Amino acid sequence: MKDMSFAALMDRRNEIMKQAVGINYEEFARGRFAFAYEEMMQKVGYTLDEIRAIQRETDVGQTPLWEMKNLTRLVRKLAPAGKGARIFIKDEAANPSGSFKARRASVSVYRAKKQGYKGVVSATSGNYGAAVASQAVKRNMKCIVVQEVFDSKGDGQPEILEKGRKCEAYGAEVLQLTVGPELFYTFLRVLEETKFFNASLYTPFGIAGVETLGYEVATEIKEKEGRFPDKVLITHAGGGNLTGTARGLKKAGAEDTEIVGVSVDLTGLHSASDHDFNRKSFTTGHTGFGVPFTTWPDRADVPRNAARSLRYIDRYLTVTQGQVFYATEALAQIEGLERGPAGNTSLAAAIALAQEMDRDEILVVQETEYTGAGKHPTAQLTFAREKGIDVRRGDPHEEKPGENIIIPRGPGDLFYKEMDLDKLRKTYLKALQKNHPGPYSEEEKEFLTEELGVDQEKLEKLLNSN
Amino acid sequence: MEKALKGDWVQIHQVVFSPGERAPNIPEETRKVPLELRVKGWLVIPEARIGEDAVIKTPAGRELEGRLVSINPPFTHGFGEPVPELLEIGPELRELLEEEGTE
Repeated sequence: MKDMSFAALMDRRNEIMKQAVGINYEEFARGRFAFAYEEMMQKVGYTLDEIRAIQRETDVGQTPLWEMKNLTRLVRKLAPAGKGARIFIKDEAANPSGSFKARRASVSVYRAKKQGYKGVVSATSGNYGAAVASQAVKRNMKCIVVQEVFDSKGDGQPEILEKGRKCEAYGAEVLQLTVGPELFYTFLRVLEETKFFNASLYTPFGIAGVETLGYEVATEIKEKEGRFPDKVLITHAGGGNLTGTARGLKKAGAEDTEIVGVSVDLTGLHSASDHDFNRKSFTTGHTGFGVPFTTWPDRADVPRNAARSLRYIDRYLTVTQGQVFYATEALAQIEGLERGPAGNTSLAAAIALAQEMDRDEILVVQETEYTGAGKHPTAQLTFAREKGIDVRRGDPHEEKPGENIIIPRGPGDLFYKEMDLDKLRKTYLKALQKNHPGPYSEEEKEFLTEELGVDQEKLEKLLNSN
Repeated sequence: MEKALKGDWVQIHQVVFSPGERAPNIPEETRKVPLELRVKGWLVIPEARIGEDAVIKTPAGRELEGRLVSINPPFTHGFGEPVPELLEIGPELRELLEEEGTE
C-alpha cells in the first residue's frame, strides 16, 4: 500500500502533477533557474482565436463594457479643474458562473476533455471553483473542488460558504477544509486517487483564457472611443488576472496602456493562521496573495506559474477594506449595478486615481463579480462585527486589518497607497540569490530582465543593492 | 438521536491530520488544532445516526467515509443585518451629484 503521510505524498508531488496537468515543464527549463516563458505560453497554450472559439462554445466572455457616467461626474466634482478621467467597467459578472474566472476555467476544462480526463479538480476558495464546476457541466465532466472554509470552531467565512454552495449548485463535490496550507496535501491525494485533471489557476491554459478579457477591453474601447484605454485597473491576487489581461491588451495592440494592479491591504494578517482567518473580510484580491505571488510566482501548485505579474505590472496600488465596501455601495446606489465586493477592489482605487487624470483620458476597471447571500457587504460586515471587528465611518487611513474597518466619510476620503515595485523586485532577487547565487550568465540575466520588467542597467542596480 | 437513511443528503467529517501530524512552518495556533474535512453526499449505507461512521456517495460519484455530522445540512450564510454606516452612503452621494457647480 502507498504511504499516504504528508511527507511521502509531498515527495510524489512532481509525479502526481505531471500526470494531472499533462505538461512536461522540464522541456522549457533553461539552466539553473531560467525557463522559456513565451515558448511555454505558445507551445502549451492556444492562440487568441482558438481561445475565443473555445470560449464561444461554452458561453464565456463577450461581456458588456459600461461607462460609469455618474461615477465619472462624481470624480469630476472632486477633481481639480480639467481633471477627472472617464471610468468604464467590464461587467464580468455576466459570465456563466458570475465572474471572469469562467474565462480561466474554460480553457482548462476544454483541455482536460480533449486529453481524455474524466474529471477536473480545483483547489480554490474563490470564484474559480464555481467557474470550473460550471464549465465542467458544459463539457459533461466530473468536478471536485477543494476549499479552505472553516476555522477550528467550524465557523465559515460567509463569502466562502456561498462559493461552496455555488459549486454544489453546479453538481460538484466540495471538500471543505479547516485553515492550513495542508490543503495542498488533500488536493494531491484527490488527484492521485481520481487521476482527474488539475484545473490549476496557474497553467498556461488558465492564463491564456484571461487574454480574451484584455483583448476585449482594448478593442471595445477602441471601437467606441477611437483610442485604447489610458489605464486598466486590475484586482490583483495570484497574478493571473493581471498577467492574462496585460497579454491580451498587448495582443490587441494597446502597448501604451498602463497596467495597474490593485489589492486590498491586509498587512499583518497571516493567511495560514487559525485565529486571523476569520478576521479578514476579503478572501481574495488582497496583499496576502498579491505580494508573495508577485515576488515569487512559482509558489503555485504547478512547477512553473504562467502568471508572472512583474513582467507586466506598471503600478501596484493598495486600498483598504472599508474603501472597497464604500465603492461597492456607490456602484449600487449611483450606477444601479449591485455587484460583489471583492471584484470592486480596483474600482475603489479608480475613484481616487481618475481624479489625477485628464478629462479626456479613459480608465477601465476590468471586472465585476456576482453578488448574493454571503458575498455582500452587509453579510461580510455583519460577520466582521460578530468577530469583534470595529466597523465605523471615519478616515480610512486609520484602518488596521483585523481590528477595524473604516467606511470613508465621503468619496473625497478615498485614496490609494503606491507599492514600491523596486522593493518587490528586490525581494524576488533576494530569494533567487539565496537559492542560486550569482554571478549570472548573459542568458540568466536576459531571463531576469524579462521576469522583472526592467532593462539590463536596472537589473544590475537591483542586484548590487541586495 | 436523529437518524439518516440510505439516499439522504448528509454531511460527514474526517480528521485529516491530528495536531501532532500537521505540517511544519505553520503558525503555532494552527498547529495546535486538527486539520478537518467536511463533505456532503448521499448516504449509501442503510442508516447512520449523528456521530456514527457513515459512507456517502458524492456528486462526483466517489464513496467517502467519515463521521456523520449533519442530515440535510442547511445553508447558514445569508445577507446579515443592514449596515447603518452603508445605508447613509446612497443619499449622500445623490445629494452631492444634484448640487450645482462645476463638473
